[in-house]
Amino acid sequence: MEFYQQVLQYLVTGVTLGSIYAIIALGFITIYNVTGIVNFAQGEFVMLGALIAISLYKNQVPIVVAFVGSVMVTTLIGAALQRIAIRPAKGASTLTLIIITIGASITIRGLGLITWGPDPYSLPAFSGDQPIAFGGAAIIPQSFWVFGATIVVLGGLYAFFEWTLLGKAVRACAINVSAARLMGISPSSMALFSFALSAGLGAIGGVVMAPMTLATYDMGSMLALKGFVAAIVGGFTSTPGAVVGGFLIGILESMGAGLISSGYKDAIAFVVLFLVLFLKPNGLFGGRDTGRGGL
Amino acid sequence: MERNGIGKYENYITLGALIVVMGSLPLLLSNSYHLSIMAFIGINTMLAVGLCLLMGYAGQVSLGHAAFYGIGAYTSGILTTTFKMNPWLAIGVAAVFTGVVAYVIGVPMFRLKGNNLAMGTLGFGIIVYIIFVEMRDWTGGPSGLTGIPSLSIFGFTFDNDLKYYYLIWAIALLFLVLSLNIVNSRVGRALRSIHGSEIAAETLGVNTNKYKIQILVVAAMYASVAGSLYAHYLTFINPQPFSFKLSIEIVVMVVIGGLSSVWGALLGAATTTVLSEVLRGVIPQFLKGATGEYEIVVFGIILMVVMIFLPEGLFSGSVRIVKSWRREKESKQRTVDETAIVEPSSVVAEGHLAVEDK
Amino acid sequence: MRNRIWFATSLAVVLALLILALGGCAGAPAPTPTPSKPVATAAATPAPAKASPVASPAASSKTEPAASKEPYKIGALAAVTGPGSSLGIPERNTYQMLEEQVNKSGGINGHPVQVVIRDTESDETKAVLATKKLIEEDKVLAILGPSLSGESLAIADTVTKAEVPLISAAASIMIVVNKDGSIPKWVFKTPQSDALIVKTLVDHLKTKGYNKIGWLSVSNAYGDSGTTEFQKLAPSAGLNIVAKETFAATDTDMTAQLTRVKGANPDAIVVWSIPPSAAIVSKNAAQLGIKQPVFQSHGIGNKAFMSVAGPAANGVVFPAGKLLVADALPDSDAQKKVLLQYTKDYTAKFGADTLSTFGGHAWDCFWVVADALKKSGPDRAKLRDAIENTKDFVGITGVFSFSAKDHNGLDNRAVTMVEIKDGKWVPAK
Repeated sequence: MEFYQQVLQYLVTGVTLGSIYAIIALGFITIYNVTGIVNFAQGEFVMLGALIAISLYKNQVPIVVAFVGSVMVTTLIGAALQRIAIRPAKGASTLTLIIITIGASITIRGLGLITWGPDPYSLPAFSGDQPIAFGGAAIIPQSFWVFGATIVVLGGLYAFFEWTLLGKAVRACAINVSAARLMGISPSSMALFSFALSAGLGAIGGVVMAPMTLATYDMGSMLALKGFVAAIVGGFTSTPGAVVGGFLIGILESMGAGLISSGYKDAIAFVVLFLVLFLKPNGLFGGRDTGRGGL
Repeated sequence: MERNGIGKYENYITLGALIVVMGSLPLLLSNSYHLSIMAFIGINTMLAVGLCLLMGYAGQVSLGHAAFYGIGAYTSGILTTTFKMNPWLAIGVAAVFTGVVAYVIGVPMFRLKGNNLAMGTLGFGIIVYIIFVEMRDWTGGPSGLTGIPSLSIFGFTFDNDLKYYYLIWAIALLFLVLSLNIVNSRVGRALRSIHGSEIAAETLGVNTNKYKIQILVVAAMYASVAGSLYAHYLTFINPQPFSFKLSIEIVVMVVIGGLSSVWGALLGAATTTVLSEVLRGVIPQFLKGATGEYEIVVFGIILMVVMIFLPEGLFSGSVRIVKSWRREKESKQRTVDETAIVEPSSVVAEGHLAVEDK
Repeated sequence: MRNRIWFATSLAVVLALLILALGGCAGAPAPTPTPSKPVATAAATPAPAKASPVASPAASSKTEPAASKEPYKIGALAAVTGPGSSLGIPERNTYQMLEEQVNKSGGINGHPVQVVIRDTESDETKAVLATKKLIEEDKVLAILGPSLSGESLAIADTVTKAEVPLISAAASIMIVVNKDGSIPKWVFKTPQSDALIVKTLVDHLKTKGYNKIGWLSVSNAYGDSGTTEFQKLAPSAGLNIVAKETFAATDTDMTAQLTRVKGANPDAIVVWSIPPSAAIVSKNAAQLGIKQPVFQSHGIGNKAFMSVAGPAANGVVFPAGKLLVADALPDSDAQKKVLLQYTKDYTAKFGADTLSTFGGHAWDCFWVVADALKKSGPDRAKLRDAIENTKDFVGITGVFSFSAKDHNGLDNRAVTMVEIKDGKWVPAK
């Protein structure tokens, strides 16, 4: 295998990983933009999406129905989480709300372990396992699904925020809550909507990645960590930024593992990200600065 | 200074009471399991108090505090096993070394703000964890470092839980006193100004970065000592306890206790540690055959419920409740005369409630 | 404020209902075989080979109900939650199953057995606290487990000071051999040490003529221990490690590492990890079109690996205990009877695809102690001596013969090479 082929393979792997991180990062910023909360249960939405789809599929539900069903159920769970745990704590500081999401993540993970046990599960690949040769590198068909899902979600979010009334209302809340309320927008409904949307996005990510990454009850923590970092690199408020951040981390990780050292790959990725942050302190795509040291 | 809800003298009275209670507690707890829980509460308190200074007073979040804990533990562990250094000296060397590390990373780190700072500290924590795993020749890699000696001084060996309990709590209380002094000093006032508004503080000539870094170094050194004590107490370390998970747990301890007071850190450390132990005993009695899975579910629910009911944390939350209860009682006594007076703190609390309505 | 109370109450109620509902679901696989249960348990009295674990004399000679005597309390630690849960859960299940079986058949010397199981959350600190609770509050005679090497090493000091026998269910050789080569007096373990497993693998690779080895391991204690042993044994067998890569247990794609390994052009690839990461490596290797044979470790000794690796699992060869290929063993094999019995009991209670070698380690821990208890009675020091003097004990992992110099008590008969063929485990040729 030639060196350039290896590098190409690392790039392909990096883009696939990056798509996964990007879709999670999009979930993070959807909630953050509206409510200012960093949702630590985001990874659990991904886990629920994957495992619910797998459970449905195992019970003879066609894969498409399982996909849609799982996304809907997870969306409802996201909405329920906002209603039962976040809204009652109205008026609490953002940090307190973040701790509530940590509590939610612990709870959901525990329920996941009770329901599905500790073993990993898998879904069959959507369009076969036969890899496609690409200049000496192998690409598995599922990578296209993951990449495609990320792009579709990105496009969908963009269109939604730019062109629909509801989307504009959500953005208005993100920009100025009081002004939005004066305009007759209910920030509380918008917060509910953002949790539901974000849970749905997480579930989509979970289902499309499950054939590749497999699914376990504790898959969420690592994915959330990477998605969180991707969101920050992208500025935490920008949808394209989150996607670029995701790709950047995925590629850094796989190049680091392939070209330097697999043991230090995450450390390498973080060192590069630090440099990015020092050069562009607001992230790659700007965004508002909270101006404080808090989350 | 009424910011914590309790004043300076109340602080010293609480401290005195705490010293008496902690000193006499072993008379009630002869069982080494209970002493051991108390010892871990002490270690967690050292971690939480440092982070509380950093988050509550300097307003800087850290998602990588476990790294300092780990650096302390590993420095002590390596110095006493590979280099046969005196453990007490090793604890000191580890603390100084961790302080230097904190200073070196603090200078660039505090150029970052908000979420970027969160990611910076998180990344630091992960890099340090990877170093523990990968530098096998020094750290023993993922399998860990065995044979770390117990502490001893002038022929007196710390060989049981009771002795460690006293040692750990003596140091934890010392850190609490130090922290109270920092809070009530010039530095403390400067820090609170940072927390209020960094820009305003800078305009008034406060060198915010200098203070932030000083506090980071102090917090890191607390964590380092906690780590060294952990290593000598267990006589074995591996990278697992110093992972991202612990960093988050320390943040949870600090927030659940209440950011506005170092007492909150103590309370938070105690609550989370005791809670998970209590659940371990209680849950199987309700659900027969139930083990771990149910414990973490209930732990998560309790965490959420506490934060919903006492969003400002257990300490400030209870202070508020006690005060409003006292006020009710007083107003009943005074009946007519002074109904119009509202305490300033309650205004702040109400104002706070109105801010972020999301 | 009323709003807040209302929602928090509903939160508590909803979640409580959820837990109950899910508890019902989770219990679902277990109740299914209920009708056949009495049958299973009747046969369950582990039809013992020569070192019959079960107190058949106690059961047959006096049919005195077990409950009439003071129960023997044994502690057990398992990583039920956290990253070690795929080990901890089958162990926990096995302890619960054995407790029930033994008490049904009259207990140990007429004493019922109570196994107090505590979760360690795969966390060293929690493991230490749980150990102290078992010793101080539950006053157990001995401790079984914990599941992970790090936990076992972390509690070694505690059990030694308290003078309580510990029979660990974790792999690392460091648990039973101190740094200076001495043997920790109070600590034993039942799983095969990596040295033993790696030796079998190395011999197999050598006979197959694979000299250049590409090595991938997970960066935790399990992978680290395997790597260390392999590096120690490979050179003397003439094996050459041409590539050595690691990955994190939570990584979701190992293509980069495999591409590097592929670039080094090895004769065979060895992966030292547990699922899901072990399965992802096998899948990625197939996707990259790697033609070299892929060997795995005993960490894939459960159905989960096969079910998630799919076609990529086919042809994977790995060293493991005999449990997985019990059917194919010759009838002369001392362990065959015990292995088949455990397989039958466990799968009847917990479902067809739930068998794993980890539960087998727990079975060994339990019976080594139960067997020793029969001879020693409820005294920790005497129990420890009895465990150390256990000879030719037929267990799931192997035939144990402990001694003052060997607190693992196994030899290379405890390991065999297993191949995955069309969704089944078969002895590798």
